[in-house]
Amino acid sequence: MGLEQKLGNLGIVTTKLEDVVNWSRTNAMWPMLFGLACCAIEMMAAQASNYDMSRFGMELMRASPRQSDLMIVAGRVSRKMAPVLRRLYDQMPEPKWVIAMGDCASCGGVFNNYAIVQGVDEVVPVDVYVAGCPPRPEALIHGILTLHEKVRGEKLRDNA
Amino acid sequence: MTTTKEFEFPLMDGTLDGMTHLVSDRAIEGDTVLLNMGPQHPSTHGVLRLLLELDGETVITCIPDVGYLHTGIEKNMEAKTYIKAEVMSDRLDYLNNMGNNLVYCLAIEKLTGLDVPERAQVIRVILVELQRISSHLVWLGTHALDLAAMSVFLYCFRERELILDIFEMISGQRMMTTFIRPGGLWRDVPVEFEAAVRQFIEALPERIQQYEKMLTKNPLFIRRTKGLGVMTPEDALRWGVTGPMLRASGIAHDLRKAQPYAGYEQYDFDIPTHTDGDTYARYLVRMEEMRQSLRIVRQALDKLPYGPVRSNNRKYVPPPRSELSTSMEAVIHHFKLWTDGFTPPKGSVYMAVESPRGELGVYLESDGGPKPYRIHWRTPSFTNLQTLPMLAKGNLVADLVALIGTADIVLGDVDR
Amino acid sequence: MDETLQSLVEQLKERFDASTYSYADEISLVIGPERMIEACRLLRDEHSFEMLVMESAVDYWPELKPRFHVILRLRSLKHNLILGIRVPLEGNFPTMPTLETVYPNANWFERELWDMFGIRSLGHSDLRRIVMPHDWEGHPLRKDFPLGYEEPQFTFNFDEIDLRKPYAKESQ
Repeated sequence: MGLEQKLGNLGIVTTKLEDVVNWSRTNAMWPMLFGLACCAIEMMAAQASNYDMSRFGMELMRASPRQSDLMIVAGRVSRKMAPVLRRLYDQMPEPKWVIAMGDCASCGGVFNNYAIVQGVDEVVPVDVYVAGCPPRPEALIHGILTLHEKVRGEKLRDNA
Repeated sequence: MTTTKEFEFPLMDGTLDGMTHLVSDRAIEGDTVLLNMGPQHPSTHGVLRLLLELDGETVITCIPDVGYLHTGIEKNMEAKTYIKAEVMSDRLDYLNNMGNNLVYCLAIEKLTGLDVPERAQVIRVILVELQRISSHLVWLGTHALDLAAMSVFLYCFRERELILDIFEMISGQRMMTTFIRPGGLWRDVPVEFEAAVRQFIEALPERIQQYEKMLTKNPLFIRRTKGLGVMTPEDALRWGVTGPMLRASGIAHDLRKAQPYAGYEQYDFDIPTHTDGDTYARYLVRMEEMRQSLRIVRQALDKLPYGPVRSNNRKYVPPPRSELSTSMEAVIHHFKLWTDGFTPPKGSVYMAVESPRGELGVYLESDGGPKPYRIHWRTPSFTNLQTLPMLAKGNLVADLVALIGTADIVLGDVDR
Repeated sequence: MDETLQSLVEQLKERFDASTYSYADEISLVIGPERMIEACRLLRDEHSFEMLVMESAVDYWPELKPRFHVILRLRSLKHNLILGIRVPLEGNFPTMPTLETVYPNANWFERELWDMFGIRSLGHSDLRRIVMPHDWEGHPLRKDFPLGYEEPQFTFNFDEIDLRKPYAKESQ
């Protein structure tokens, strides 16, 4: 209804190509299932009916990296898992973004020892960090909306 | 036929040589396919890697490769004082946070001989049983999701939100509450707690009815789960399986009845068992366990007494903040506990409770210092996962997904 | 609990030349590694201790004799008893016979002992690392293995740690 009012009878709308591209990227960003530990449960709760993430375009979570654009690293990344994480990140097609969900993915969290990578940004470049142990589903959604704002501000030549 | 040269991912030590004793002879000839059901997979409930030797769709051998979530919790707890280490215990089996806290605190109380007041015992029981219900709800949601019943997943998480609201009301955190402390609880529950729990236990039975209506007589569900993964009672005992997997094979062993802790002997509840030992039997056992947990919570709520919630033993339990402005001893105890931490006597204990997955135990050894000298977590998922290769032989890959669901493993438990 | 367990422990003490260790209503037999398998087999067959609940170890470094104590817990469902067994092992790379023939679930427990402590189980069917990566060096739960603590970034040292931290690049 809103779009027709703006268009009138013309059927033509003028805008910047960047805006259209970024709008389409944010409104249908498909996350890749990368739930590792406790944050995965909160991610599942964010996907469930109380804090529905489908309202923001993330209707499905794709298990295959080839079909997703967003990787939400939810949980602690151990040293054994780090090469797997990098490999999956490399398999995702451009454009891709990474959200580090939770304290363990952001900075190692409670665990400062031999087995946990201290922050997933040692393995993949991260766009948004969501704090919390585990972050509430609303915090995760806030992180996703922050990412949407970041994507809306991207220029075409960033991903060229 | 594919051989291991296709995997750049190191298998065990990079070649098939390292695993010839694990796979059947047909794999070495190249007759069967070696498939990697990798750490990232929608149905493995976490980061579990399974190496499957397949003949078409039938699994010949299944080799679990765990350790992708290894957190080094046992070593890290040795570097922290007892109270600071409790924070890490929440994050082991992340669906059973209260249970982990409880077993840790019970081990410390056994080691030090600390007393726990009556009100704290009753509230502990209520919280642990609510946690058991929430864990079984997640189990049901994800198990049904794997078997393509997605609406059950959404309903279960809706119920779970009610429980998480209660936890948030008492402690401020939805999951990792660290509410149960040595000597009792962190602090008293607010006034609205009893009403909220009562409202929850009135609402839940009909919801469980809803799930049963959707699944129990559903011919698709029965077709996929009946007769799958049968575990005989002798096998279960030999492999050290505990929890609903053991009870579905016919052995009525529940630590809440066999070696009661935290006042469980005062409550009247049944232990659901079943004789078939297959996936459908485990489903029935866990659904019935949810009802029995509700029964326990109702009895506990009815007998909730008034009184303190933390022990008075100031050598281990910090004094309430109101005392700090009036009593010098309180200030000294507070100072000692916050800087050094308490020092239990030298000794070692093993304490086990019944978690939703099986027997969760803590072996705690103290050398008289403020930090645990050695803490070992006997986690149920580690032992239960060992039976997966045995159960998966001869089944299809789709059945393997159902088997992982029925074993109810949580990878935080397995890898610690 | 106490009478049956007490008499059983006395019986085993004489037969296997063991001592006992008890704390807070629990009792453990301290047996040498040579006689451990025989004792466990006897407990499983004649006294119906059907389930091996736990097998782990404690490291007493820098004390070398013994350096490790392997801790077992056996549970009898029939009589509702739980009995502990402690096996002292000496030296830096000790070996002990495998319990896998008696209790099959000792398979993964002993793999974990090898991985975390370096205690070899002789006769084990599949001794390789279980939770650490397969090419990891060292045995993490030993007392002389460092924790791997990384210095946290506070405001006063933020920049210098920032320079040292190995951040990942977009493509490698």
